Amino acid sequence: MKEHVYYLPAILTVLLLCFAFAQEPVLFDGTNPVVLSFQAGSGQGAIPSNDSVPRTSLISPDELAKSLRTVKRAPLILNVGPRSMYIQAHIPGSEYMGAGSSDAGQQKLRERVQALPKNSAIVLYCGCCPWSDCPKVHPAYQLLHALGYTNVKVVYIANDFGTDWVNKGYPVAKGE
Amino acid sequence: MSSKRIAIYAVVALCLLGLYIASRRTAQKPKPKASGNLAPDFTVKDIDGRKLTLSDYKGKVVLLNFWATWCAPCRTEIPHFVEMQNRFGLNGFQVIGISMDDDAKPVREFAQQFGLNYPVAVGDDKLAESYGGVLGLPISFIIDREGRIYAKRIGAADAAVFDNEVIDLLRK
Repeated sequence: MKEHVYYLPAILTVLLLCFAFAQEPVLFDGTNPVVLSFQAGSGQGAIPSNDSVPRTSLISPDELAKSLRTVKRAPLILNVGPRSMYIQAHIPGSEYMGAGSSDAGQQKLRERVQALPKNSAIVLYCGCCPWSDCPKVHPAYQLLHALGYTNVKVVYIANDFGTDWVNKGYPVAKGE
Repeated sequence: MSSKRIAIYAVVALCLLGLYIASRRTAQKPKPKASGNLAPDFTVKDIDGRKLTLSDYKGKVVLLNFWATWCAPCRTEIPHFVEMQNRFGLNGFQVIGISMDDDAKPVREFAQQFGLNYPVAVGDDKLAESYGGVLGLPISFIIDREGRIYAKRIGAADAAVFDNEVIDLLRK
């Protein structure tokens, strides 16, 4: 029984360290707003297979962030989302094309890739809404696919760009 | 020194280390961009060309909704906001819509089609950043009568949740 006395501080220590390293929940404490959990359409889970973008053409934010750190020559990264969001935060080096669903956006996208070889590495992303609800990135992919580009990847942003890229601590640039 | 005493010293040292790490993490916690918990004030032109200033609604409970015409979850939420404005408007409740569309034309058409009964303006990156960034839609803020942010909701939320929060604040 006496030996057990020495276990108590050890257990307390483990609990304390767990507390120290745990993520702090954001709660309403009178000074901060309540931040409540996100309710994505079908976005939270695994990558869906029944999508207009084939599974093999998807790249996760984590994979892209890692590859940007390691590859010698980055792919052409094109943003096809809303302008105000691009100005607030975008992937460094990415170019703004306009909404992938708009005529102007599609035209700009067409012009941007026109001179590139069909096997050029191109990455598209948006992140305006949960993946299943995004009206912009799917038409942009379909356009490049129809134009014959064979090495196009789409960033699978399950929830939105803020949640799945910025808040994960991946690199961000601001402005035009 | 006995081995038991060494063990106790080691445990105490680990406790102190844990306390130190915990205090550092608390100190490094980022502050919300909104100053204190006051909703940042703004003045914009609404889609009908009228001046829209948030602080003019002080004394009311405000639901500030960032949305866009092309955003499916936003379109799902908006009929309920219209209904809330009808139900609670006379009790001191106001919905304000800030569209993140790139221009006002589709917003005007949407407002007419959906019968929006509350002011709507087209926002920009500066307004969005003053609220901590709008990097996904919808995002809604519930603001109390004193102009403080009571809740922030990222993504579409259940209608009942908005109802309960607004009713709760209207009773205060």
